[in-house]
Amino acid sequence: MKKFSKVLVVIMALVMVLAFSACGEKTGGTLSMATEATFPPYEYYDGDAIVGIDVEIAQAIADKLGMKLEITDIAFDSIIPGVQSGKYDIGLAGMTVTDERLLEVDFSNSYATGVQVVIVKEGSPITSVDDLFGDGNYTIGTQTGTTGFLYATWDIADEGLGTVNSYAKTTDAIEALKTDKIDCIILDSAPAQALVEANADAGLIILDTEYAVEDYAIAMQKGNTELQEKVNKALDELIADGTVQKILDKYITD
Amino acid sequence: MPEFLQKLERQFYVCFIEKDRWKYIVEGLGNTLKIALVAVIIGVVLGAVIAIIRSTYDKNAKNMRPGVGRTFLAILNWLCKVYLTVIRGTPVMIQILIMFFVIFAFAKDGVPVAMLTFGINSSAYVAEIIRSGIMSIDEGQTEAGRSLGFNFVQTMWHIVIPQALKNVLPALANEFIVLLKETSVACYVAVNDLTKGGEIIRSTTYVQALPLFAVALIYLALVMFFSYLVGKLERRLRTSER
Repeated sequence: MKKFSKVLVVIMALVMVLAFSACGEKTGGTLSMATEATFPPYEYYDGDAIVGIDVEIAQAIADKLGMKLEITDIAFDSIIPGVQSGKYDIGLAGMTVTDERLLEVDFSNSYATGVQVVIVKEGSPITSVDDLFGDGNYTIGTQTGTTGFLYATWDIADEGLGTVNSYAKTTDAIEALKTDKIDCIILDSAPAQALVEANADAGLIILDTEYAVEDYAIAMQKGNTELQEKVNKALDELIADGTVQKILDKYITD
Repeated sequence: MPEFLQKLERQFYVCFIEKDRWKYIVEGLGNTLKIALVAVIIGVVLGAVIAIIRSTYDKNAKNMRPGVGRTFLAILNWLCKVYLTVIRGTPVMIQILIMFFVIFAFAKDGVPVAMLTFGINSSAYVAEIIRSGIMSIDEGQTEAGRSLGFNFVQTMWHIVIPQALKNVLPALANEFIVLLKETSVACYVAVNDLTKGGEIIRSTTYVQALPLFAVALIYLALVMFFSYLVGKLERRLRTSER
């Protein structure tokens, strides 16, 4: 027993030392980025690494600023609170600029355009976006906190035209659609295409009509003008020299 | 009015009044209570059955003659042990994801799936609580019952179980409190429970503190209310001790 408690003391001491040394590393030249990695091709796991458009753009910005990029994968609806409280420097997650979000965080200039589309199963009674506003009383799947979720909540659930089921992951929403738990999903077009292709045997299709068009930008803490100026300058240079377009073309081919 | 009060008032309006957002909380509270109540019933019934099988085996197997009866009881006991190991050895969040996306993949609504998952999960813990209660009753009680002419079932029902239940009541109440809070995991399968209600408000308004504290306060109030009821029941049961 005595031996055991000695071992325990040593382990605890080690843990504390490690914890302190980890604190030390955080300062200096790191740019911490928050994202939600079930959003291909903007961010997704390839093996154990998070890759995608947002990751490459953030890496390019970090390179320009001479900083080390550190990526954290968290729930989408935790990204804005995380950036707002200063836990993370930047939030890149195919995030649209909206008035409500602007009250909480500041955004960089836009680096890409997103389109909200509707995914359904083949043979679904939903054939256009307008059907969602009919009297079908459909169950709409979304990812919690995304613009698709906000639109569905405001336009459809709050108006009593249907039900919104929201999942933490886009992949869980796809699974729910495959097993008929929900009637459709409202999602950004690029991840929608990637997820439909990844589930080719499930017979999922994307409706031709678009739900909304929007601009993606980088979220940063409100009032942190120093960081904003640096990021915006780097981003503008990357857009001007074609780097951003090259990254977009690499992942989105159509 | 001080500035922070004004800000608080604005946030309160945005979180709960605007667009009737308080409805998310009320609807969520209803679902949480529904899930917890059904789950606790499933948990106690299933848990009691398992506890009785396990303690019957523990108490009697060594005295039973070898034969069909003993073999049957041994198999039942083994099955119960496997069940307890699996259910207690895996996180409830994984269990609900397995139930929703694999076993009941055809289910549309997450609420019944959540009721069943939490019921099954709780039953494993309840079973061990009740078993410990039955095993804690002195052997002399059973012997007294049997020598008065009661058979095994009558002895259990009239003498052992009433005493056992009284002893384990605090532990059972604690299990219900844990269960009530654990149902918050249901929001992973798109159930609009109390936690999810707060999350929806948080992710549509970007106000953090108010919805979180509101949800926390409601859970706390529920737990305090149920603790009060159990305390009352315990006092009632204690009157027989004099």
